[in-house]
Amino acid sequence: MYDIAIVGAGVTGAMTARELSQYDLKIALLDKCNDVAMGATKANSGIVHAGFDAAEGSLMAKLNVEGCAMMAETCKKLNVPYKNNGSLVVAFSEEETEHLQKLYDRGVKNGVPDMKILSKEELLAMEPNLNPDACGALYAPTAGIVCPYELTIAATECAVTNGVEFIRNCEVKAVETDDEKITLDTTQGKIEAKYVINAAGVFADDLARMAGDDTIHITARRGEYFLLDKSVGNTVNHTIFQCPSKMGKGILVAQTVDGNLLMGPTAEDIEDKSDVSTSNAGLNNVKKFAAKSVPTINARNAITSFTGLRAHADAHEFIIGVSEKNPRLINAAGIESPGLSSSPAIAKYIDNIVKSLFGDLTVKADYDDTREAPVRFRHMTDEEREELIKKNSAYGRIICRCETITEGEILDAIHAPAGARDVDGVKRRTRAGMGRCQGGFCGSKVVEILARELGCELNDITKFGGNSNILFDRTK
Amino acid sequence: MKKVMNCIACPLGCLITVEYDGSEVLSVTGNTCKRGDAYARTEITNPVRSIHSTVKVNGGEHPVVPCKTSGPIPKGAIFDVMKEINKVTVDAPVSIGQVFIKDVCGTGVDIVATNNDCGK
Amino acid sequence: MLQYDLVVVGGGPAGMAAALKAKECGVSKIVILERAETLGGILEQCIHTGFGLHYFGEELSGPEYAARFIELVKQTDIDVKVNTMVLSVSDDKVVTAVNTADGLLKIQAKAVVLAMGCRERPRGALQIAGTRASGIMTAGTAQKYVNIDGYMPGKKVVILGSGDIGLIMARRMTLEGAEVKVVCELMPFSGGLTRNIVQCLDDFGIPLRLSTTVIETHGKERLEGVTIAQVDDHLQPIPGTEEYIECDTLMLSVGLIPENELTKQAGIGLDRITNGAVVNEMRETDHKGIFACGNVLQVHDLVDYVTLESQIAGEGAARYILGQDSDEKVYINTKPENGVRYIVPQKVNIKSKEDVKLYFRVGAIYKNKKLTVEADGNVISSKKKVKLAPGEMENVVIPADVLASLNENSTITVRVED
Repeated sequence: MYDIAIVGAGVTGAMTARELSQYDLKIALLDKCNDVAMGATKANSGIVHAGFDAAEGSLMAKLNVEGCAMMAETCKKLNVPYKNNGSLVVAFSEEETEHLQKLYDRGVKNGVPDMKILSKEELLAMEPNLNPDACGALYAPTAGIVCPYELTIAATECAVTNGVEFIRNCEVKAVETDDEKITLDTTQGKIEAKYVINAAGVFADDLARMAGDDTIHITARRGEYFLLDKSVGNTVNHTIFQCPSKMGKGILVAQTVDGNLLMGPTAEDIEDKSDVSTSNAGLNNVKKFAAKSVPTINARNAITSFTGLRAHADAHEFIIGVSEKNPRLINAAGIESPGLSSSPAIAKYIDNIVKSLFGDLTVKADYDDTREAPVRFRHMTDEEREELIKKNSAYGRIICRCETITEGEILDAIHAPAGARDVDGVKRRTRAGMGRCQGGFCGSKVVEILARELGCELNDITKFGGNSNILFDRTK
Repeated sequence: MKKVMNCIACPLGCLITVEYDGSEVLSVTGNTCKRGDAYARTEITNPVRSIHSTVKVNGGEHPVVPCKTSGPIPKGAIFDVMKEINKVTVDAPVSIGQVFIKDVCGTGVDIVATNNDCGK
Repeated sequence: MLQYDLVVVGGGPAGMAAALKAKECGVSKIVILERAETLGGILEQCIHTGFGLHYFGEELSGPEYAARFIELVKQTDIDVKVNTMVLSVSDDKVVTAVNTADGLLKIQAKAVVLAMGCRERPRGALQIAGTRASGIMTAGTAQKYVNIDGYMPGKKVVILGSGDIGLIMARRMTLEGAEVKVVCELMPFSGGLTRNIVQCLDDFGIPLRLSTTVIETHGKERLEGVTIAQVDDHLQPIPGTEEYIECDTLMLSVGLIPENELTKQAGIGLDRITNGAVVNEMRETDHKGIFACGNVLQVHDLVDYVTLESQIAGEGAARYILGQDSDEKVYINTKPENGVRYIVPQKVNIKSKEDVKLYFRVGAIYKNKKLTVEADGNVISSKKKVKLAPGEMENVVIPADVLASLNENSTITVRVED
């Protein structure tokens, strides 16, 4: 029996697993997919918000401001790239300019430091490519950018290194609770635990309902994005928001930590919680609204488009705590934006809940809250590269030419704790296939390496688990 | 009768008009070379094609090695020939021109290797 | 640091032909750097026939065509390093590369030939809406799976783009037992060779739908279908023409892009239309001693032309290395006009003592037109053409005596006219 089973290996589940892995507890981190970070975490803006958006006094506001303050240090420990680029909410009318003041005031109450309302001149000096019709902006220097799945992968690796067991392809079908334990009936068999942490993202209400808690309702809110080539990554220096509406923070334009340019998301509530398709209408909206902020932006530079789903709770508030209906269920639901920003603080918050449930917990002597930096050939000097290849010649074989990713890095991704099992998993861990040609050349090489390392046939390899196999039978 | 066809003898793709009566070709026009004339005539009387595929190779650098018909085969025999190609397994090493199937399906044409495979 | 007279980046048909020609011209130390396991480039997976008709006068498969050059390279003392990826080419011709055997390689070259080939346009650039299921791949990737790895990448196939690779793959998949449902082409004409439409589609009853594109993909894990729609004159989908087609695979053959990352990194000027380097008649870029040829310079439809072009680059590199090109040089521009999209070479030395061949493509299908070459208002040649198509590269010869009659302010133009 596990002490704790965490359902959902998104950023919330993974960061929580890492936090709790400091104790002498038996912990399982489950996910219904073939990898971590496959839900809301996989596809979002990757913004660390400063914290002026959430309603004052809300848990969301508190954890956002705390999480934002913790993010740089967390990323440093986990060796995940983080950039404190600052954000700008741009106003295009007098009405919107007034709204900036409201955001500013709310930010002050939420405890957001160093904000400033910029004049048109100040704004355009900071962002010369911005639409000259802009009237001003709210500048929040503490905002940043981080890659959400890289953070999640790193946190999971750290958790697994500290003893957490990651169980993939493990979908919860039913839940039973008695006086001593809570039992999850999953696609990988029965899993028993003293407590379950519900970090199931858009499915958190379904899991809660299975455990007898029908107080939560989650709506999947679709957001569509374009990712543009690195050659236009420097179009903006900060994250550019427009004034928020009731469906969210609007279409943003921002650089990603990897140097691409991102524009999106749309916001559309949908019925099917697993529908991550893009739509012509949605993508056209992204183009239209992004052009309002940055007129020169051109979707011709897009290397890909994608859809993410946010787990929207009816009250637009994080629901974190022991369920009122099931004392063995700890909910971490409704974690939509600023969920990524809040994740280090959410993990701490849950840590306190767990401590209150288990009483005295001692920190393991060998607990290590860091993750070793992965090899990044593309960022090395020639001298470093030479040394590296001498040590391991697999780093001398380039597999992905667009992003300069070596076979050694792909092997590391596969053999890492909770390592990659499919092509997209390799891509998220190494960037192989993420460049201009989008895997045209390296895709088949990655399939070969995966099959070789996992000891299976080429046609067993999937794009992202399930039935997403890439090949059918042998021709001969 | 009259038939207009695109010549496939070379990448030029001339538009050829053939007048014929049954299997007797009366005239060929629109071609720019002799090969075009020949193509048009066989296309009316007995259309032929060259095909290419792969055969399974044991102990090769790759699981399959490419092959082709050594000459044109009747168009109608394409899938029968493919069936024969799919039955063959060869052992590495393989060299270009090596005959995998002699006189495939009685066409008088061989299936030959089109790449070398020195083996693992 | 290693020293070579000539470093050839890429061991496909372009790189091999350039290296062989340079050797023949007397260059002593040559190395070919190839990132794949073998020489031959993309020809290794092009197992269909149709190569070499111009150059060898016979129809060969891709591997056979490549093998002839590989054999020739073997007979020389040209060094070949496979599994070797070039990371950069500097201004002063230091080539940095990496492989498992040598580790990090730095080579000082006297001249460099860039012959990196091209890559296929991916889906992202097309912005097709829908799911991100598996089963969506470029035709070239599918070709590698079928022809080299021996696996079927799909059973029910829709192909978007009627370029030659798309057409060839329609036949390959059919022969191996798949059902190719339709080939869609955005443009009102096919970008592929007519012979390939006949023997790859018509022979097997595969429909070619012109002015039609894929607007949406369906299926959460493996592809389950696509929505296709007709497009208007502005290439925009026409509402009401949508049609769902069940398939497990979508192959994309929607254009090739020269792989000029190294070229750009080196600061070499590129042509906006070809996406390849701007070159003179010897295929020398704006960086002296750095040459470019083959699909990295302009996307060719016939490998025979790649070979011919690369031999020019090899000869140019040899002359540069051996100090044989010190003659006076006066460069003038070639200029595409009315209907002609681009011309390679973009610059021509009018002091050249040899005829110069200009290669170009037209932008649309033309019937019964003339191709007119002009310099300073004087017609150099005007040739009747029954058919001109974007899919087929054309060429015209500018005789040396005509070049000699021009001056530094002259421009050579090529245009389509009635």
